Amino acid sequence: MPMTMIADHEVHVDDEGFMTEYDEWDEELASTLAANIGIDELTDEHWKVIRFLRADFADKGETATLRRVATVGEIPTKDLFVLFPKKPARKMAYIAGLPKPAGCI
Amino acid sequence: MTTTETAPTIVPDFGDDTEDRKIAFVCSKGTLDMAYPALIMASGALEQGVETHIFFTFWGMDMINKKTMGSLKFTPVGNTATHMPMALTPLPGMTTMATSRMRKQLEELDIPDVPTFLEHLSDMGCHLWACKMSVDMFGLTEEGMIDSLDGILNVSDFIEIIDGAQTMFI
Repeated sequence: MPMTMIADHEVHVDDEGFMTEYDEWDEELASTLAANIGIDELTDEHWKVIRFLRADFADKGETATLRRVATVGEIPTKDLFVLFPKKPARKMAYIAGLPKPAGCI
Repeated sequence: MTTTETAPTIVPDFGDDTEDRKIAFVCSKGTLDMAYPALIMASGALEQGVETHIFFTFWGMDMINKKTMGSLKFTPVGNTATHMPMALTPLPGMTTMATSRMRKQLEELDIPDVPTFLEHLSDMGCHLWACKMSVDMFGLTEEGMIDSLDGILNVSDFIEIIDGAQTMFI
């Protein structure tokens, strides 16, 4: 498992760059992760998604899918495609320091 | 002296620069088990940022017809993959039983029913098209079909729209 430096934190990542250790992430890191993939500012709407993903992962042990974010997190799917363009499921997982969602829907 | 040089950051490639991937599904079946493959694959494609089109034709119209879309059925008749004795499959009540079992299995996996799934796909930006000939043949109207339908297309227009798309016929 590679180690890398993100915002002066030494963190574990997988081969693609997704963080693998839940506890190595903090909110300061999220801004750098977002900037890495072209999201320059994290708004309150972004944070609502990220905090839901973190809490849901802590509870369920897996990354929420888009549908779960919509149905349980009550954040409309359309909004997710605006906040995290094109590939919201993977982008929001990356910023939240979580693995890619494993579920199909 | 401090240095700002750090180990190189690995950043996932989300393929934001590759614009042109397109995928299309032709849904021609109106059974519960044949409705889901396109819906699930379309969902995966949309999650990958791929432009996605679904064209409903013939029995596939049942997937977008408001009268039938919520009550598609699954029958074990003639389906050896159910591993039931084939002589039993046409017995009364068998299709109802098989349908409710399949619905339960889908529900347990948190897979939405067909109308909800289509709304979800539409929210993700999926294009939903109805086949003109099938609309005429079954006497359907736009009001009678799913609200998120993008339109009614003849085959020629559909073929034009999916220029360059990977296409699957189901």
